Amino acid sequence: MSGPEASTLLSLFGHFLLLSLLSIGGAITVAPDMHRWMVAEQHLLTDPQFASAIAIAQAAPGPNVLFVPLLGFQAAGLAGAAATLVGIMLPSATLALLATRWGQARQDWRAVRAFKIGMAPITLALIAATGWLLAAPWGEWSSLSLTAAAALLVWRTRLHLLWLIGAGAALGMAGWV
Amino acid sequence: MTDDDAAPLARPASCTELFTAFTGLALQGFGGVLAVAQRVLCEDRRWLGKAEFLEMLALAQVLPGPNVCNLSLMVGDRWFGTRGAFAALAGMMAVPLLIVLAAIALYAQFASHPLVAGALRGMGAVAAGMIVGTAFKLAGPLRASPLGLPLLALLGGACFAAIALLRWPLVWVLLGLGLLACGLAWRRLAPSPEGGA
Repeated sequence: MSGPEASTLLSLFGHFLLLSLLSIGGAITVAPDMHRWMVAEQHLLTDPQFASAIAIAQAAPGPNVLFVPLLGFQAAGLAGAAATLVGIMLPSATLALLATRWGQARQDWRAVRAFKIGMAPITLALIAATGWLLAAPWGEWSSLSLTAAAALLVWRTRLHLLWLIGAGAALGMAGWV
Repeated sequence: MTDDDAAPLARPASCTELFTAFTGLALQGFGGVLAVAQRVLCEDRRWLGKAEFLEMLALAQVLPGPNVCNLSLMVGDRWFGTRGAFAALAGMMAVPLLIVLAAIALYAQFASHPLVAGALRGMGAVAAGMIVGTAFKLAGPLRASPLGLPLLALLGGACFAAIALLRWPLVWVLLGLGLLACGLAWRRLAPSPEGGA
């Protein structure tokens, strides 16, 4: 492939820089806007390319935000991957560091303690909702019972998580889910 | 299952240890890193208690950016400042990045293969269950919450319904229910001199 133009890289970087601070709940929450901009407006990617980036990042090990450099890679090669990844991470990482230090230095403040106590049930519910939404698309009893069994084993045992994932893969290949 | 809560906590010896620990947990994180992060940080390495993990996750969750990446920055920063933060974040991302870049080259050829598609489906179902199981596990320390069980159940139930069933946007749920929950917690706490009001 011929090298991507500097202007493409710069606009990729700038666009993801902006989206970073909007990505409350993770980069996937701003994926619709990435799609609008990269696929519909700029024609940097096709629909299947966009979908495959998300599918791969979900299936592969590691944080799901890695779909972002895959979008950049397909649009503009390795430089595109770097531009989008640094763009999406830089503002939010800076903010996360500042916020955690601010909170650490003020642990005794009533407001900081109220935040920790109040957000605990909300955070737990968000985790549970994430699991629910990921389980829902397949919605068949075999798949749901596999999900329930995995939940129970994670909750109640210390079975290595890779065994669970491996069992899921095997049952999937056997056609059980 | 609570036997590990009593044992004393450990700490990472170096940025290198942070980097390798986060690389290791990221590489086990198929379909999301959260369940593995909880297992490794709270149980295997014993760097954080469950309550602490949940507190960090709460902050990581309301801030923009990927939750587990924010979490890795916070964990690294706690012991080694900015260097630690970036060691942990780099551990979380570097090797998985190489893997997804390699995978995208193969994806087009294999994604529609029935065995691969089946394996991905099964792994997805398990990954969803692992996340739900992690939520149950982290709920243990909440018994000590000043909010009390009825309020906890009400707030958690409302949040779950809003996101999972009604599919409301996260920002509004966090602003509405989050502020309400923090306000209720504020009222249950004794005033502190520095906190004002």
